Amino acid sequence: MTLTDHAPDDVLERHFEATIARNDRIEPRDWMPEGYRKTLVRQIAQHAHSEIIGMQPEGNWISRAPSLRRKAILLAKVQDEAGHGLYLYSAAETLGVSRLELTEMLISGRQKYSSIFNYPTLSYADVGTIGWLVDGAAICNQVPLCRTSYGPYGRAMIRVCKEESFHQRQGYELLATMMRGTDEQRAMVQESVNRFWWPALMMFGPPDADSPNTAQSMAWGIKRNTNDELRQKFVDMSVPQAEALGVTLPDPELIWNEERGHHDFGQPDWEEFMEGVKGNGPCNAQRMAHRRRAHEDGAWVREAATAYAAKQAAS
Amino acid sequence: MADHIHTSPEDEHDSAYSGLLVNDAHWAFGTATESIGFGEDPLAGVDTTIPEGVDAVTLSTYALMLGDDSLVMSHRIAEWTSNAPDLEDDIALSNIALDLLGQARLLLARAAKADESAVPPLPEGSPAPPEDALAFFREAHEFRNVRFAEVVNGDFAEATVRVLLFSVWRLATFEKLRESRDHVLSAVAAKGVKELAYHRDYAARWFVTLARGTDESRTRLITALDSLWPLWPELFDTHPVEAAAAEAGVGVDPASVREAAEAVLDQVFTAADVEPSQAPRRSGVLGKTGRDGMHGEPLSRMLAEMQSVARAHLRGQW
Repeated sequence: MTLTDHAPDDVLERHFEATIARNDRIEPRDWMPEGYRKTLVRQIAQHAHSEIIGMQPEGNWISRAPSLRRKAILLAKVQDEAGHGLYLYSAAETLGVSRLELTEMLISGRQKYSSIFNYPTLSYADVGTIGWLVDGAAICNQVPLCRTSYGPYGRAMIRVCKEESFHQRQGYELLATMMRGTDEQRAMVQESVNRFWWPALMMFGPPDADSPNTAQSMAWGIKRNTNDELRQKFVDMSVPQAEALGVTLPDPELIWNEERGHHDFGQPDWEEFMEGVKGNGPCNAQRMAHRRRAHEDGAWVREAATAYAAKQAAS
Repeated sequence: MADHIHTSPEDEHDSAYSGLLVNDAHWAFGTATESIGFGEDPLAGVDTTIPEGVDAVTLSTYALMLGDDSLVMSHRIAEWTSNAPDLEDDIALSNIALDLLGQARLLLARAAKADESAVPPLPEGSPAPPEDALAFFREAHEFRNVRFAEVVNGDFAEATVRVLLFSVWRLATFEKLRESRDHVLSAVAAKGVKELAYHRDYAARWFVTLARGTDESRTRLITALDSLWPLWPELFDTHPVEAAAAEAGVGVDPASVREAAEAVLDQVFTAADVEPSQAPRRSGVLGKTGRDGMHGEPLSRMLAEMQSVARAHLRGQW
């Protein structure tokens, strides 16, 4: 007999709150409030979808990678993203939803993915910039999630973060190599950083004042830092990296504030961000159409696998 | 700025990102170039002496033929990335593409090392290593891959048949190539045998599943088999270079592995209850085919895409 079988809801809820308060993990078979479960499914699914959609902008350059070494690195990286999607869908499945249901939520537009992937990749430098800034911002967002209150999610994130760190280093190394190359390559890197800096800042979500879900997520231990805290941290860490690389971050308001011990910086274009969230970003339609086509093209294969498994079981 | 670069110990867990400027070999599994086998010289540490009595041009051209097969096939399989029917298959296909790309790098590097004149000359100041000069700066007619590898992708049944036929053929070749007198080729084959066995098993499982799944999947599979079968016999043609390489004990005569390859294929066909295709062999141009540098239309398009960035930056560093 477990606590869950007979205890009334208020006792269960106190038990749940106490687990959270001790910074212990909630596990799949533990009682949890419905709101907690829903929030987690939404967040983990959105994260998984982001990994899967995120394969497209970088996948765009696999066929044109300019050296065999870079081709291997990029192909392996995009493959890792599929792997991250896989662990995260598995973590979501422990909450009673299937991968297929979640995929259908994605392609019907009922669940979202990170808006960063609605920006186009226009040069090979973008492969490096995505590694450095986009994976970098993802790491800032995700490292605290290794300590998130839901066990399967936190454990998936530990592995995801290790691999993301590796990707980020590879991206930075590509940019550093290009900066040692020709003038055209240096210009290509700067142009790419100009395009991705602001969208990278958007990855932390709207300013805290406009982020309605943050407070509850923090109380439940799902989220560990506010959007603005993480954004500040990302800016502070990126500035010396940009200097070492020899690129300029495209923000005239960016300056070290001695008093605060942090950099002051400008705000991204939140209207453009909202357009992306609403589905009107530069590549939303393209990304969704790609995902939908791949899923629909694969339907007969999945049906065949199911039919074959059923025949095997019957024989 | 040095103090900004420092990673403070109490914050270590939260600051994977800030570790980027810390020159720590242990950070994130070490530096990118050293820890994952993507170093600049794929042949570092391997004995590249040409075995006694072996003609360098023969060895180089033979390695180029095998390397081009792997490179072109890898490119086609990599085109499946983000397009597969399920995540597991996306991962499996990228894995196959990565294995073949790894083989291609070693084989092209071997070709360049055996005979430097095989490497196209690049403008002064180009830092491209020989494997890249070969991959990105040759024209389609200089590629020596079999035409099978370059065919434009079809549906997932086509990918299944493509990987199955290619890996069954290549595995039979590599099993013998392990005995090559050339240390590089024998090492590539020894590693490749394990990889190709996985590719073959993956494709064979899907071959049986699609054949015995639904009416639609069976129809698609047989259509795919009929579409690729015309290029199957070319895989066992013996080009004079292959004959010479086999004679010298460094290569394998493709004709000598046909029986072994077809025996394996028959087992898969039997398990799938599929008859071997009756589609006739596809002829060449004036008797010439892939190994002679005579290709179909898709290869030059593939190369135009593959080589575009490298060729736009002749002195670029990547």
